[in-house]
Amino acid sequence: MHKKTLTLALAGLLSCSVAAADTVFFSTQARPLEEAQAMRDKVLKGFDGEVQFLPQEDGPFFARIEAEQKADKGSLALLGALHGDYPPIETALDNVNDLIPTLQAAGVSPGYIKLGKLGGEDQMYVPWMQATYIMAANKKALEHLPEGADVQALTYDQLLQWGQNMQQATGEAKLGFPAGPKGLIHRFLQGYLYPSFTNSVVTEFRSDAAKQMWATFRDIWQVSNPRSTAYNFMQEPLLTGEVWVAFDHTARLKDAFDKQPDDFIAFPAPAGPAGRGYMPVVAGLAIPAKAVDRAESARLIKYLMEPQTQIATLRATSFFPTVKVDFPDDLPKSVQISGTAVAAQANSPDAILSLLPIGLGDKSGLFSKIYQDSFQQIVLRNADIDSILDRQASQLERLMQEAGAPCWSPDLPSTGACPVK
Amino acid sequence: MKSPVANSASAQVQGLARFNPFSRRLSPQNNAWRWLFWAGVSILILWVLAPIGLLIINAISTPAQVNGWPKSIAPGIHTDTLMFFWNYNGVISALINSILAAVFTMIIAILLGAPAGYALARFVFRGMTTYKMIIVMSRAFPMPLLALPLAVIFIQVGIDDSLIGLAFVHATLALPFSVLITSSLFMGIPVELEEAAWTMGCDRWQAFRKVVLPLAAPGIAASAVFAFVISWNEVFASAILTVQNRTLTAFLVQSLAESPAEIKFAGGLVLVVPALLFLFAIRKYLFSMWGISNR
Amino acid sequence: MNNSKWLPYYLIAPSALFMALFFLYPFLQIFAEAFLNSNGEVSLGNFSQVINDFNFMPALKNTLLLTAVVVPVQLVMAIGMALMVSKMNKGRDNILYIWTIPLGISDLAAGIIWLAILEQFGFLNSFLHAVSLIDGPAAWLNYQHPIALFFAVAVAEIWRGTAILLVILVSGLGLIPKEYEEAGKIFGANYWQRLWKITLPLLRPSIQSALILRTLLALEVFAVVMMLGGTDMPVLMSETFNWQFSYRDTGAASAYAVLIMAVSVLITGFYVKVLNVPKEARG
Repeated sequence: MHKKTLTLALAGLLSCSVAAADTVFFSTQARPLEEAQAMRDKVLKGFDGEVQFLPQEDGPFFARIEAEQKADKGSLALLGALHGDYPPIETALDNVNDLIPTLQAAGVSPGYIKLGKLGGEDQMYVPWMQATYIMAANKKALEHLPEGADVQALTYDQLLQWGQNMQQATGEAKLGFPAGPKGLIHRFLQGYLYPSFTNSVVTEFRSDAAKQMWATFRDIWQVSNPRSTAYNFMQEPLLTGEVWVAFDHTARLKDAFDKQPDDFIAFPAPAGPAGRGYMPVVAGLAIPAKAVDRAESARLIKYLMEPQTQIATLRATSFFPTVKVDFPDDLPKSVQISGTAVAAQANSPDAILSLLPIGLGDKSGLFSKIYQDSFQQIVLRNADIDSILDRQASQLERLMQEAGAPCWSPDLPSTGACPVK
Repeated sequence: MKSPVANSASAQVQGLARFNPFSRRLSPQNNAWRWLFWAGVSILILWVLAPIGLLIINAISTPAQVNGWPKSIAPGIHTDTLMFFWNYNGVISALINSILAAVFTMIIAILLGAPAGYALARFVFRGMTTYKMIIVMSRAFPMPLLALPLAVIFIQVGIDDSLIGLAFVHATLALPFSVLITSSLFMGIPVELEEAAWTMGCDRWQAFRKVVLPLAAPGIAASAVFAFVISWNEVFASAILTVQNRTLTAFLVQSLAESPAEIKFAGGLVLVVPALLFLFAIRKYLFSMWGISNR
Repeated sequence: MNNSKWLPYYLIAPSALFMALFFLYPFLQIFAEAFLNSNGEVSLGNFSQVINDFNFMPALKNTLLLTAVVVPVQLVMAIGMALMVSKMNKGRDNILYIWTIPLGISDLAAGIIWLAILEQFGFLNSFLHAVSLIDGPAAWLNYQHPIALFFAVAVAEIWRGTAILLVILVSGLGLIPKEYEEAGKIFGANYWQRLWKITLPLLRPSIQSALILRTLLALEVFAVVMMLGGTDMPVLMSETFNWQFSYRDTGAASAYAVLIMAVSVLITGFYVKVLNVPKEARG
């Protein structure tokens, strides 16, 4: 009797494994539950085919792709991930050269198309959607702005002063940075601080300007909420009021703007001596080399790149389209608020565009580690700036050599590996 | 101080002992002790329940309350966030998958673990230390790293994306617990009981089934519960090894920490409740056999 | 007993086979990876890389300290609770059920729960505010208060992990024949003497396996620490994760995993020595 039920259960379980095969869309983006729901209900509903949208933590995402590559057999049809996620799994991808004409016709910028080649010849991913990092502030913070400061054209010195003013007035550190386990602080260092102070990311890593930058940031950190090392998404401390002024990814500020649009403003990141550094976030779509039905995957990509779908994706995720679209008037509050700041940031006269790292291959994780480690040691543990930068610079140099990656903007083009001075 | 205790104890021995000598508890006789005892019990109950109560409060508060200050322990009853989970596409099938995987994990862990536990408790044999070492080591090694090579084999063999495959991996996590828990149980059961059964004509298996198993059943059930819970809460292997047949953790929970606060708390409750209900449902089975083990 | 020389092997064979397949095989792969460099040569490069990393010592220290604080407290609490359970007449099922509730709560959920209590605008501060102990939401759950942070993590871990010890000890306690206690009583031993001389020694096998399991889990503490402590409180497991999935260096991550295991084996060996279960109990 017992055995029989067991056998039945077994058979039942086994049969589960041969369920209908949908097109599986694996993504490191749109992970928050509401976004995932919106992706399924609003974005992918319109596709004439069954799609399983499965947002993943980075760990399982990479592990699954690697496992399918090693097993030489796969069930994933489409990947959605950030530019920086792709280099380590490049060999597990099929190229999407056949889709280049579609991208060009849709008006995807040539710069983004080039990013998708990951420094090589073939198109490895399709630029799917874009975002950037901006600042957000509670309106209560505005009265503490330093005299003469324009919040739309702030400098890092003024940000420091602002933080000090707020601390004096409230007795609390009201600046905030996403330096938690899943926070994006390394992008702040690579795309904002370094370009703003040194007009470089790699070459001037240990220059005097860089030392000045670290000293300034250490001061800013003194008036930043000490809980910052646990913040992953700044929208939460902004909403609770723990933090009044914060830097983060537009998608990670979204909730604050949507829930309390009248309480928050968005504005461009501050400028340093060299200019106003900023960095785009590009998410791409790629097809695994082991995809079961490549034609169907390509068809899904084409669908996702249609203007209508891209607008729906914007509503779902706060990521902006990469194709030419006419924006409707009824966009969510978060998009309206952050959209203005994004445009102001890119169009400011002193803007310095910092591109995403290219050509680092499977070293791109260790590349970010160098910046994170410098931050942790210099800012969090008050280590000596010169010696830390010297040590990290030699690691950076070795890494660039091993990867053989040439410089990318804002560093000047190099022949061969990007040098570290 | 001493005499009343002794008196009442001896009174009990005389009065009740003949009836049911071991049902008498050794509970402290004087009132201060009793008061202290129940105060301790109450504090510990509060210690366990209060955090869960606060989670429930947060889960049924409005988003404004969740982010507000100061927090009140009288929430506005607001079920929208919980309904969000109820209406979430695919939640039900993910729930069923989770339960199936957990039940199967439980079965494997007990069927394989209890005999091994018995062997470790009753025999001294060559390779015993090695075996024990491997069992313990398996729990000392981070799962996320093992999941990758396992996923490769699973995909090759074709048990990838099946609940049974997932249960195998979860059972690997649960097996050390069931082996060690059951072995300590069997060690606690005097071997003389079994020997007595042998002299009365039982063979080894019969003696085990009729004498040892009833005594050990609650503990075995406890380790089974543990296997269930391990599987229920496991995120990483589930996320890698299931694609179309996702478990609740892989489908919903892995990104919970990244969702807005109110979703996070409601999701936390959604994750906690089924496991609690399961524990509650089997608590009778878990603890009712106490009578036997006390005798 | 001699007729059954092969019996123990039959009994462990299924689980041994199972573990060989699903643990030993992938484990050996990872283990090998830890000792190979990127050119596939045998080297200790991965180990020197992770040990020389500036986060290694803090991670090791935090993990060991947490284990050293959390596990003994849990053991004492669990023994106390198990003894209380054994003294109860009515309501025992329900009280035991309540006490085992945290067993069903994952570390992720426990992190969410305790963050809601301990964060700046959380329930604890609200309560302290309501009874006028503090003026406003005091921020203390951060790296500027490392000791408070450490204890916050410890409290959450103690809350979550005591139940597993309790379950093991309760079932172990139920198996101690009452005759021993009766005998102790007849010889005039008071409650504490009986507890110390009779109950606890007889409970040793259960205590041993409970301690081993709990310690192994404590060494893999992760989600709760990340949720409450953030990046400035690294632990061994979070570093393993970072090396594997953020820095994408499988060799280094494998080395970390091997180190975690080495620590676990050392501590387990220590327990086995100290709490040696007498041979006669094995029959």
